[in-house]
Order: sequence, then C-alpha cells, then structure tokens
Amino acid sequence: MIRRPQITLLADGRRLHLQDGPIDLIVAADGATADVRAAYQAAAARFTGLLDELCAELAELRRPADPAHCILQGLIARRMYQAVAPFAATTFITPMAAVAGAVAEEIMAAMLQAAPLSRAYVNNGGDIALHLAGEATYSLGLMDRPDRDGMMRAMTIRASDDVRGVATSGRHGRSFSLGIADAVTVLARTAAAADAAATVIANAVDLPGHAAIVRRPASELQPDSDLGCRLVTTAVGDLCDADVAEALAAGEACARQLLGAGLIEGAVLQLGGKGSIVGAPPLDIVRPRQLPAAAA
Amino acid sequence: MTDTASDSAGDKIRCDACPVMCYIKPGAAGACDRYANQDGVLVRVDPHILLQRTVAHGGKLVPFQTSGDWDGKIVHQPELFVTAIGAGTTYPDYKPAPFIVSSELDGVDMVTVVTEGIFSYCGVKVKIDTDRYLGPETAIVRVDGEAIGHVTTSEYGSQMLSLGGVHHLTGGSKKEGRVTCDALMDLSNCKPVEMAIDSGATVIVQAGEAPVVNGIREERMRVGCGSATIGMFAKQWQGKVDEVVVVDDHITGVLSEHQAGKLLDIAATGIRMKGRRSTPGRYFQVAEPGTGWGGTDISDPLAILGPFDPKTARPGMTMLMVSTTGEHAGYYVLDDALKPVEQPMPPELKFSVDRIQENCEPALCTVLFMAGAGGSLRAGVTDNPVRLTRSVKDALTRVTSGGAPVYVWPGGGITFMVDVTQMPAGAFGYVPTPAIVAPIEFTLKLSDYAALGGHMDFVLPLKALKDASKDMRELPWPQPGHRA
Repeated sequence: MIRRPQITLLADGRRLHLQDGPIDLIVAADGATADVRAAYQAAAARFTGLLDELCAELAELRRPADPAHCILQGLIARRMYQAVAPFAATTFITPMAAVAGAVAEEIMAAMLQAAPLSRAYVNNGGDIALHLAGEATYSLGLMDRPDRDGMMRAMTIRASDDVRGVATSGRHGRSFSLGIADAVTVLARTAAAADAAATVIANAVDLPGHAAIVRRPASELQPDSDLGCRLVTTAVGDLCDADVAEALAAGEACARQLLGAGLIEGAVLQLGGKGSIVGAPPLDIVRPRQLPAAAA
Repeated sequence: MTDTASDSAGDKIRCDACPVMCYIKPGAAGACDRYANQDGVLVRVDPHILLQRTVAHGGKLVPFQTSGDWDGKIVHQPELFVTAIGAGTTYPDYKPAPFIVSSELDGVDMVTVVTEGIFSYCGVKVKIDTDRYLGPETAIVRVDGEAIGHVTTSEYGSQMLSLGGVHHLTGGSKKEGRVTCDALMDLSNCKPVEMAIDSGATVIVQAGEAPVVNGIREERMRVGCGSATIGMFAKQWQGKVDEVVVVDDHITGVLSEHQAGKLLDIAATGIRMKGRRSTPGRYFQVAEPGTGWGGTDISDPLAILGPFDPKTARPGMTMLMVSTTGEHAGYYVLDDALKPVEQPMPPELKFSVDRIQENCEPALCTVLFMAGAGGSLRAGVTDNPVRLTRSVKDALTRVTSGGAPVYVWPGGGITFMVDVTQMPAGAFGYVPTPAIVAPIEFTLKLSDYAALGGHMDFVLPLKALKDASKDMRELPWPQPGHRA
C-alpha cells in the first residue's frame, strides 16, 4: 500500500497544509499566481516520500552526532547533522534536534527552485523557514506563555536581515526538553540552525536539582526517544522571582555564546511570564489573546 | 534504542501508521500526537485537528486544486466523509434518513445522505481460495445445524459459498433466521464462523484469513490443474526423470502423454492411468474428491495407476508423483516386475516440488456483502424513490457502504456488493426481524439532490452534525485491503 501525505489548501484558500506522520507543515507563498501555484506543486511533490527518506536513516539520526564525522546520506539528514555538529563536541545532541527546521528548509528550497517568490514561509510546528526578497517583511508573533492565553509580542523580520530561520523550543512543545523554559525562540540564518540552537538554549534554561521541577527519563515516556534515559522536564512547580531570574540568566549566557560564535542572530527566552532578549530587536506589544494572521 | 531506560511496562505497542514506527506506551501518544495506545489498542486520537481548528475559527473548507489541471500524481484525501455507521434508522423507512449532510468537496456543494439500511434481502458471497474439497455443488451449508446457504459453482480453483438471502433469514424457522442473521453479521464484521457442509467438510471462514478445513488451516492453493502444472514444469523435469504424474481432483496430468512432453520428445513409459481420459495426458476423475492428494480422496497415489504396459516399460524407469500444491510428492523406480517402488527423492526433483509450492497462492477467504437497497430505504432519501435508483444508474449518485466503494449490479433496483475487509470495524449490526443492518451512503450534488425530490428541509451542514452528535467516530479514510 502506498501511503500518501495529506495535501490540502487551508480555509483561506491561500495557505498549503502538508501532513504526513508526525510532520505537519503550513506553507504560504506570495508572488505571481502562477508562481505560487508552481511553488505549491513543487512543495507537494517534494513532500511526497520525504518521511520515508528520513526514516530510512532514523536509527542513525537518533544517535548522538559525532562532531568529526558524518555518515548520514540523505540531503535532509546531512543538513540536520550540520546544524547540530557545532554543539556535538561539548554536549549531548542528536541530529533529531534539527529535524523540524531541516524539513522546513528542504520544502522551501524546492519551492524556490520551482518559481520566484516575493516572500514565503514553511512553518513546521513552530520551526519556520523564511524567504524574503526585495523590501518584503514578515511580522512574527511571540506568546510569553505558550501554555495559556498570554501576552503577544511581535517583531518584524526584513529581507535585509540575515534571518531565514526561526525556531521555538521549550517544555510545552511536542518534543521533550531537558530545561524548564516556557519558550526559547531563536532567529538564525537557516531553519535547521535555529531549531538546533533553540533546543540547546532551552535546555540551558534550568535550575539543576530544584525541588519544584519534576523530571522523568525520556524513554519512560516515549520508548524510542533519541534522548534515551536522560531526564526530561514533565512539570514545573512554583518558582520564586529569584529562581526565574537565575534560570533565565543561565539560558542567556548560553545564547550570548552562540551569538558570539555566529551560530544565531538573536534569541528571545521566556519563563514564568518573564522574558529576556539576546541580540534581537526590541519587541512591540500586540494585543493579548489574538493571533495575527501573519504569524500563522 | 540501546540506551533506553529499563522498560517496566511490556505492553507498549508499535504503531505502523507511518514509517517512524513509534513504540507507544499505554496511555501515551506517538511522535505525531495522532495515534495513541489505549489499553494496548492503537487508536487514532485527533485525526482532523487542523481542519477542526479552521472550522472553529469561522473558516471555510476549501479543497485544494479545484481547477483540475493537477498532474494527477498525488491524490489528496477527501477531507471528511461521514459514514452511516451508527446513524440509526427505522423500518420501514417512512421518515427522512437520520442524517442528510452537506459538505464541500471538489468545489461543489455535496450532500451525503447517510442511513443505516435494514436489509432482509441480503447475504454474503464467500470465495474460499483453496483446492481442498469442501462439498458437492448445491450442498447445504449449516451453522449449529441450521441451513444458512449452499455451495455454489466453483470459480477457477476457488470454492464459492452463497449464504443468507431472504429465504434463510425470514422464510424458515425462527432459529434458522436467527442463526443465519448471526452468521452473516459475524462474517461481515470479519469474525470467524464455523460451518458444516452436508456430505462435505467442516470449515471455519473468516474474511481476510486462510480457511480452516476439518480442523487444519489451509496454506496454499494449487498452482494450476494437473495438466497446467505439467505445462509449466515439463522443461524442468526433462532429462531428470522418465515420467511425472501430477495428481489433481479435476485434471490429472501425465508428462509422457501430455502435449508438453511430446514437444520435448519425452519417450512413452507404458504408464496406464485410471480415470477418464480427456485429451492426451489429461485425465478426469482419477479418484473421488476429498482431502488427500491434490484434492482427491487418495492417500496412496499408486492407487490411481494401472499396471505398466510391459511392451514399453522397462525396469529401472523413474517416476515422480506430485500433487498440484506440491504438498504431497513421491519418487518411484520400477522394479523387475515393473512395479513402482518408492525411493528417496533426488535433490533436483525435490527442487521442482518446492518450486510448485512456491508458485501456489496463499489460501484465503474473502467475503462480499451483497444487499438490495431497492425498497423503502430509498424513501428515506427522497420522496420519489425511483429517481434515486435512476440517479445511481446514471452515475450521478455515488453509493458507498461505510465509506467503502461498492459495485452496483446492473439492472433493476440498487443491488450492491462490498468487500467487508474494506469497511470500518463493527460496521454491521442486526435487528430481531431478523435482518442485517449495514451502512449505506448516497453522495450526490446538492442540486441533483433537490432535483430528485430530496428532503431539502432536513439537510444539515457538516459542522452542525459534528456539534450535535457526541458519539461520532472519525476514522482514517479506508485504504484498499486494510480495515480502518
């Protein structure tokens, strides 16, 4: 039996929805009608069979990346490796930390090869590949508490910025986190790089040994998790202001290091309603409880 | 993975919905958050989350690619199809069908009339892919001693049973009707049913599984009749053995006399066969049908041979006897009295026997549910029932059963057949009439629905149905060969 991905346009008739197994993409492109159409067809064509391609190397992708040597074959798999390799010498990381961003990038590349577009995004569950040409901008919305209705802030990304990837990591998402951050949003030159860095920084927002933090081995929750028996955060109790500040500071230090190394263009860290910004422009406050269309 | 923590719970399951193949613990979901382990059973948790969110945000559902110049390579799934399972109905159908649902599909307003039909005119056709003799044609098939149908004409190596129908359901005793109804429902729901055939075998039939005949699970069908087997393998036997007899219930083949043997200049051996010769090398009725060699009743294959002709036969001649499934085989050498004596089989002949086995298809039961939606059921759909029939014939209305495609038999009424393995689990029920309750859906354009006298006042938008009914089940779209 051939398994086919789900390929549909969303209600607005403008955005493309691609879903296959755990991959769920929202794609939007702006440009001439025929070009957008060609880009969407290219995206759908590239998406078909993409999951099988990844799964062919799944066992290796779930192993810690060897900082010196890449034995992966697939284009996406190698892109995942490249994104995590800078971290592999100093920390535990597997190529899976960049899977969402790498897939978003691949679909974006397929679209841009098919047609010229003025701007486009591929949003893979919050890990987003961007394309911006000429004077194009995107407005990016950030929630301070992804787990509940909270304050929405926005930043503008311009074609002249080097940012082409945005990714968010934290303990509320579908992936496990070793840290306690509600959300760490990273801006980087590629979606895969943003994805990997967001994972690393979110892991660094932490209070090791704190009594209010509940952790369980990842493998107890998901038997085949790439994190194995490492402890992942399942609940965070009440933290005092000093605790929050300490955890954020740890994450900030990590983010500054990555910024200095040229691995990221900026980061926004959020924990318990408090936030901190590293290298990114200041954020405009948008009305709370409202999702702007552009943020998708 | 090798570094997973000690695994206390042994009842995790492996999801095969996508190639990620997640191991999922009880109460947990896979990487996609769509499939979960509920008490050891893989369930689909939230199949249309984005679609539902879109609807909740006041959005409109628009199908992708409405203009029709797509390259056709990628088939997109219909967004949501409402099946009739659990819709309920009354009998006779004097009021509009329980759910008349409109949704958008391919850019036109579509309406799906969803009802569960109560079919007292219904039955199942069972095709059992086995050469094993099950019983004579027209023999009664019984469950718990009650007649539920009969053996009908066989089809290319498969045994066919015709079960159910109005006479067994309502024309006989009360018990006969009840037993027939239960058997039809179980067969249609892909459950095993044990049946006994008058002057034949006892067989356990389950859709999608191999038949169990007289307590033994069948493995394979014959590769062909004995004559066909000679034709297929004559070349592989040439030079390795003097004579080959392929034993079969229908046509037994003899290599040296067969056209294939003649073409290869295989010499006559003086063999004499019992049975009725059809054409050279092809014999009918070498034995009675049974559960022995090649679907015959024999356990010693030499019983079908007469004495060898001493004018042609020589001591030391070799002979292979094999059944059409390769399950039985023997190697013989003629002694000085020209009597065949069994000897160990040489490896190159064993190889050809294995090759016959390898070329046999697996034994399998398939069940087609067949019913007529000709009567008052149509009145639940429209106030002018014959127009629905005509609309189906004109292919304006698509008929499905539990979302599965059906074949509508040409001619009068709406008589349809559906492969029960393509329908969602538990799709069939019954009423004490007795009759089988099966889902049936008619899908047509809203404008066509109005034109054929549809109950326009009762048309609900899809969203209203989802809001109204808490016990709706959403299922993945049925795929060929897989039960949802």
